[in-house]
Amino acid sequence: MNKKLTKWFLWVGLLIAGLVAVSLFSLSVGSAAIPIKKAAGILMGSGSGTEHTILFNIRLPRIILGLAIGGALSLAGVILQGIFRNPLVEPYTLGISGGAALGVSLHILLKLNNLTGLAGYPLAGSIGSLLVIILLYGLSAKKGILKMQGLLLTGVMISFISSSLIMLVMAISRTQDLHGIIFWIMGSLEEPSWTLIKIMLSISVVGLFLSYFYQKDLNALILGDEEALHLGVDVERAKKGLLILACVLTGCSVSLAGIIGFVGLVVPHVTRMFIGKDHRILLITSYLLGGTFLILCDTLARTIIAPMELPVGVITGIFGGSLFVYALTRKRVFVGGGS
Amino acid sequence: MIEARGLTCGYDSSFFLKDINLKVKNGEIMGIIGPNGSGKTTFLRAMTRILKPRSGTISFRERDIWTIKLEELAKMIAVVSQRSETAMMSVEEYVLLGRIPHHKRLQLIENKRDMDIARRSMELTGTLKIKDHLIDEISGGERQLALIARALTQEPDLLLLDEPTTHLDISHQVMVLNLIKRLNSELGLTVIMVLHDLNLASEYCHRLILLNEGRVRKIGSPEEVIDYRIIEEVYKTLVVVKNNPVSSRPHVFVVSEEKNLRPKIEE
Repeated sequence: MNKKLTKWFLWVGLLIAGLVAVSLFSLSVGSAAIPIKKAAGILMGSGSGTEHTILFNIRLPRIILGLAIGGALSLAGVILQGIFRNPLVEPYTLGISGGAALGVSLHILLKLNNLTGLAGYPLAGSIGSLLVIILLYGLSAKKGILKMQGLLLTGVMISFISSSLIMLVMAISRTQDLHGIIFWIMGSLEEPSWTLIKIMLSISVVGLFLSYFYQKDLNALILGDEEALHLGVDVERAKKGLLILACVLTGCSVSLAGIIGFVGLVVPHVTRMFIGKDHRILLITSYLLGGTFLILCDTLARTIIAPMELPVGVITGIFGGSLFVYALTRKRVFVGGGS
Repeated sequence: MIEARGLTCGYDSSFFLKDINLKVKNGEIMGIIGPNGSGKTTFLRAMTRILKPRSGTISFRERDIWTIKLEELAKMIAVVSQRSETAMMSVEEYVLLGRIPHHKRLQLIENKRDMDIARRSMELTGTLKIKDHLIDEISGGERQLALIARALTQEPDLLLLDEPTTHLDISHQVMVLNLIKRLNSELGLTVIMVLHDLNLASEYCHRLILLNEGRVRKIGSPEEVIDYRIIEEVYKTLVVVKNNPVSSRPHVFVVSEEKNLRPKIEE
């Protein structure tokens, strides 16, 4: 038992070290290179001027947002894969991201932010993804039993429908709004508002904490719905709670950074390969690795063709997609049969 | 211990269990037998709260199981089902999942008691030596033993098994059933199991319930139930029933076609 605990602590320590290293690296590189030592010094309070501004107003916010969103998306991936025992499930494939994106586009089109203020974007995103899940539930949960294949197919269809609807929104919106929507859909961790960054970070950390209330249920669900029931898990209730959690995490992430694919698919898989499938450790390690992964991708996105910037989704797609294919051919990483 | 009263239930489609009455006593080994599609597994699933009764009740120690909290129920009734999905985890991790109903919501690590109980279950089932093997890389017989070890780790009073001997060769069949018998006599565990093989059922169970087309055909000791008239009627097959020379329990012998045609012609 202590051996297991020690191993878990080592993994968490290792991942935190990795996160810090990648963050420092990300702080130091860019159009104005700041040596890591100096960057660390400025963070501690010394120094001022341009470098101080670059670090605190440009790079640090992106890093924090990267951690919050990378972690949130990976966590949503772990949760959804746990519920559906299917390795191909993530916020994007279930249409939850699509719903969130549609929600945010409508929010921009209807200029609702005059009413709701800054929190409107995450709110609109969460509502969008929750509506998708409610719709999914209504369509495929006849008599309270969630049938998986139906759910997945419907999810993919909802993805298509929402991207069509986003096109429609773009077609009927005025030029200045169109710019906002396109800019946002491309996906970027650039976010000028510290308040939104703080909101996102708190939501994702609280999400991580809440997910631990369901670790027992997620572990029991590895064996299938019926076996989980035999182990005393109220399966329907656990699934509903977990789905809402995954929706809020995804909705908020999408509303701030657009659709960033593959994070929720690849990070949990890699984590599972190395650490195993026990959710007690999987939740926190996926969160940390997801944050690190997204910060790294974002750093690449803004430095590869500097001074221009790539959408971060391009990097996660290439990185994540190839890693995913590699992992699939090398080792069995499936969660379960996925029947 | 567990009692079904006027139980009627089924799936969305047409099939139903109709008006089942059964009382299983403490410390008993009860076998559920019957032809394919007679409702054996459905009955078991009704007892584990997977299926909700249309009418009638199932009560565990005089309490309707639908009024007992799932977590509490899982500490009293453990199920070894054929539907368990395998996963990439070691036998020990798998067995430890049986502690889930005993864990608190935010309990992140097994305590010493959890480890001791898991270890004892693995000792009892002889799976301790394979505890570090991956659960989906061990043989079918070992897997069945690991499933039972996980169920025991729940520390149940009642063990339900769904065809624990399917796909096993006779040595493993006997190994699994001997284990169940030992658990029954040494730990006082009450056992209800669905069995396909009438001879194994007769050999190992104290009482049998024979289902046919969703109804109870006969409940009683193996001697009462394994009667050639009843078996022929339910299974629509000609059989001969003779006693096992060692245990003197009734055994069913099938009669192949050529042999059973001849007497008919002569008649």
